[in-house]
Amino acid sequence: MKKYIDTGKKDTRSGFGEGLLKAGEANPNVVALTADLKGSLKMDAFAAKFPERFVQCGIAESNMVGAAAGLAITGKIPFIGSFAEFVTGRVYDQIRQEVAYGQTNVKIASSHAGITLGEDGATHQTMEDLALMRALPGMVVLNPCDYNQTVQATLAAAAYNGPVYLRFGRPSVPNFTPADQPFVIGKAIVLNEGKHVTLIATGHTVWESLLAAEALEAEGIEADVLDIATIKPLDEETILASVKKTGAVVVAEEHNMAGGLGEAVAGLLAREFPAPVVFVNGQDKFGQSGTPSALMAAYGLDAQHIAEAARKAVARK
Amino acid sequence: MKKSNEELKTIATQIRRDILNMVCTAKSGHPGGSMSSTDILTALYFNEMNHNPATWTRDGKGQDMFILSAGHMTPVYYSVLARSGYFPVSELASFRQMGSRLQGHPSVRKNLPGVFQASGSLGQGLSAACGLALGKKMDKDPGLVFCLCGDGESEEGQIWEAGMFAVFHKLDNLIAMTDWNGKQIDGPTEEVSGIGDLSAKWEAWGWRVIVADAHDFDSIGKAYELAKAGKGSGLPTMILWKSEMGHGVDFMAGTHKWHGSVPKPEQLEEALRQLGETPLGDIQ
Repeated sequence: MKKYIDTGKKDTRSGFGEGLLKAGEANPNVVALTADLKGSLKMDAFAAKFPERFVQCGIAESNMVGAAAGLAITGKIPFIGSFAEFVTGRVYDQIRQEVAYGQTNVKIASSHAGITLGEDGATHQTMEDLALMRALPGMVVLNPCDYNQTVQATLAAAAYNGPVYLRFGRPSVPNFTPADQPFVIGKAIVLNEGKHVTLIATGHTVWESLLAAEALEAEGIEADVLDIATIKPLDEETILASVKKTGAVVVAEEHNMAGGLGEAVAGLLAREFPAPVVFVNGQDKFGQSGTPSALMAAYGLDAQHIAEAARKAVARK
Repeated sequence: MKKSNEELKTIATQIRRDILNMVCTAKSGHPGGSMSSTDILTALYFNEMNHNPATWTRDGKGQDMFILSAGHMTPVYYSVLARSGYFPVSELASFRQMGSRLQGHPSVRKNLPGVFQASGSLGQGLSAACGLALGKKMDKDPGLVFCLCGDGESEEGQIWEAGMFAVFHKLDNLIAMTDWNGKQIDGPTEEVSGIGDLSAKWEAWGWRVIVADAHDFDSIGKAYELAKAGKGSGLPTMILWKSEMGHGVDFMAGTHKWHGSVPKPEQLEEALRQLGETPLGDIQ
């Protein structure tokens, strides 16, 4: 199978910070807003270089969304940054009215997403954000898998005209995609080609899926591994081409079952090409305090669980 | 040239007629707050704002902008926009109909000139107005941003978040306004939630506060003049308009019951009789 080299663990939120700085250098209309989480969102470099384009909003996320919409109407390209829970669940109505229905060019930078937020526990670990954002008409939903891809996804979000939800995380994870690989919104990336099963992953579960594919290869199961960095619009063509070849599917995501990537893929397959699907996700649970890796294992989201799911999917063919 | 008080009164009377005709044709809508804010919005669009319907664009560059935070007041909003030249007055007849650009609450999805942002989920428009004002400051655009909230809307926490933000970011190009008619859908504000002394509250928040009679064009003109003089002060301005829900028709005035209720045909006839006809003519 194709080899991927971890060039050194990095957090995807730092990829956002670098991408934001680059986007700001490329376009003077890019502005950044945060609700008292400048450091956590890695916005320091942007704020230092462009103080007049950095807007501190204080701990008032609802107002931040509206202010960003207003800035967008005047021609700015605002990135609003906070923890995933506080830029989705807490402000769902504001995003629905001001950004999605209001058709404003606002980019929602959503950090510390999923269970790998870790020790802060369930109050801060949203596993429902993708469902909320996917449900909004016209919202683009991105979930890059590593540092390099997050830099590129941030640049792509800035260049795209319309609302974007950009999800990334807190822990340091392997950085393995090429630094210069352009991010194409709406295109899945085929990381490995196999003929027995399709592993569909997004965000932190992409690396875990590559590890799972290696383990499966040793057992004679060859896996397609798809990096779904864009959850909406979904790259239906690439997914269908893979499933038509393999006939068995695993969908792995750091999100609950309801409204996540798994349901998006299941919906596509039900409509176009029914095939056995095994879901690897947070099911219907809240998280808890713990280290990111311990939580990924405890909630069944790591490579071992993905490999086990693949065996089940293949057995159901 | 500025319109005289007599001219403004005539326009406001016609706009109140439009409001009643629109909600009665649509058999739905919100006449009460629309009638309490008719005079202040008439003065704003016909005398106070620097705007040009012929060159309107959503980014509002070089012009003053207005956000209707209390999005349910579309009858007055649409009538003022049409009567000041943003779209044909005849289009007011399509209010709330399927396919109309005149949605129940303001929409930006129908390309209706004059509307900068969707609104209706209360408490949010002031934040959007803050963003507009900040964007204008970043661009060194001399335009002002006006925003109208309902008094009941002040019960939303986000209003006060925006209030803090506007002071912190020195948005002295922002003129927010509250239609302080003391009524909301479930009853008088002091019986529903107790918004209390809005004047003291906004002063405590650090705003320039002006309290003015919303149905006297002398008072309205002076309040706008004073508000605009705040530019350069480093502070945002709040005009608290002391108004009367349903103003202009005796059986609709001063009660919350007309917040979102539609007159019956005989009530419409009586209301129009009380308002009197104007040379501007009704919606055809």
